[in-house]
Amino acid sequence: MSNYYESEDLKKFGGIGQHAKQLADDFFKYYGNVIGTDGALSKREKALIALAVSHAQKCPYCIDAYTTQCLETGSNPEQMMEAVHVAAVMQAGITLVHSVQMQNHLKKMVL
Amino acid sequence: MTPVVQLKLAPAPSKYDFEGLLRSRGIDLPPLSIDTLQVNITKLCNQVCRHCHVDASPSRREMLSPEGVAKCLELLERHPQVTKLDITGGAPELHTGFDAFVEKAVALGKHVMVRHNLTVQLDGHPQTGESKEYLPQFFAKNRVEVISSLPYYQEYFTDAQRGPGVFKKSIEAMKRLNALGYGVEGSGLIFNLVYNPVGPYLPAAQASLEADYKRELKDKFGLVFNSLYTVTNMPINRFRQHLDKSGQYEAYMEKLLAAFNPAAAEGVMCRSMISVDHEGRIYDCDFNQMLELRAAGAGGKPLSIFDFDLDRVLGRRIRFDDHCLGCTAGAGSSCGGSTA
Repeated sequence: MSNYYESEDLKKFGGIGQHAKQLADDFFKYYGNVIGTDGALSKREKALIALAVSHAQKCPYCIDAYTTQCLETGSNPEQMMEAVHVAAVMQAGITLVHSVQMQNHLKKMVL
Repeated sequence: MTPVVQLKLAPAPSKYDFEGLLRSRGIDLPPLSIDTLQVNITKLCNQVCRHCHVDASPSRREMLSPEGVAKCLELLERHPQVTKLDITGGAPELHTGFDAFVEKAVALGKHVMVRHNLTVQLDGHPQTGESKEYLPQFFAKNRVEVISSLPYYQEYFTDAQRGPGVFKKSIEAMKRLNALGYGVEGSGLIFNLVYNPVGPYLPAAQASLEADYKRELKDKFGLVFNSLYTVTNMPINRFRQHLDKSGQYEAYMEKLLAAFNPAAAEGVMCRSMISVDHEGRIYDCDFNQMLELRAAGAGGKPLSIFDFDLDRVLGRRIRFDDHCLGCTAGAGSSCGGSTA
């Protein structure tokens, strides 16, 4: 293997229970209940959120999986791209809002 | 000299053994009835869609003969239980005997459905140049049900699958159908659309996608239709070639297998229809037709409209193969949309 991320490895996700089965079972049950069902949010809305989080967390496995999931729950490319922009703008905003801290400290440092 | 021995190896069992899957689940799928006669009257088409399981194109020449058309009509007349005629292709309107076939089937009191690709209205006949702009009026006059592929309510996906410019032409053709009452509530003129994914993934839920289509087509183009049928891409012919070329065949088959739904299996369309090709040969469905998996009655004799016997056809065993996983994945898939 020449890369840390291999798309084929996504299939091995189910195998994370090899040394901690109960915890993995608990996780996958929770995962399925949250993502795989229509609740107060539809599966389509959840897939768009997951797509945005996938980008924010820079997870290539998740980006592939949730691009497909968005298509299979009926999202169109514009909606998917907007979800990524939500992730991007949140990250930019989070960076910029920290400048308030910088401004606060700057004030303390200036006579 | 050492003799060369030709070893005949048995084909390796498929990883996607559909019949084995049915057996392991205790599911038996005998034919139930024949309420629909689906006839693929030509492989000629004005379009070359990337997913087409028929491999239809402007260069195809296959046409059902006048004798074949007559036999189909005779079959319909003799068997009142076959209430529906589903005419497909190719673009079936490019068959020289299409109009007469429709009119005679309607005169027999049959419900006639036409798989109309919309663009043929504007493109006309790709070989002769003959105009097909009369089609909306012809359909309306004969009150046929029009079923049209529109892979998405946006241009990007539609043109990616069906060719550049297809979306705009489809919208224009839909306007012409709507203008005559097709898809308009209360008109009695039924106009249904067909969605299929533009790649190796499963369709979204039919009801929610239908709501999206209705909202978007109405808001953006003022268009209406009756129902949306979601259809899964079958891993055969042109779509199979794409899967092989892009290295996605195994992943797609695994997806279909993982999504196997017994309820969808119970509702597969081959249990209540037969498919006829341009030579009059009978198949369980249009997909089997394209794979040349002919239906056979007891004794293994291939079935044909030229010696049609309803009991023999009903007594056949439906031929299943790997591709059938496409009809049983998720909410199921058929020419009438989801099945579960």
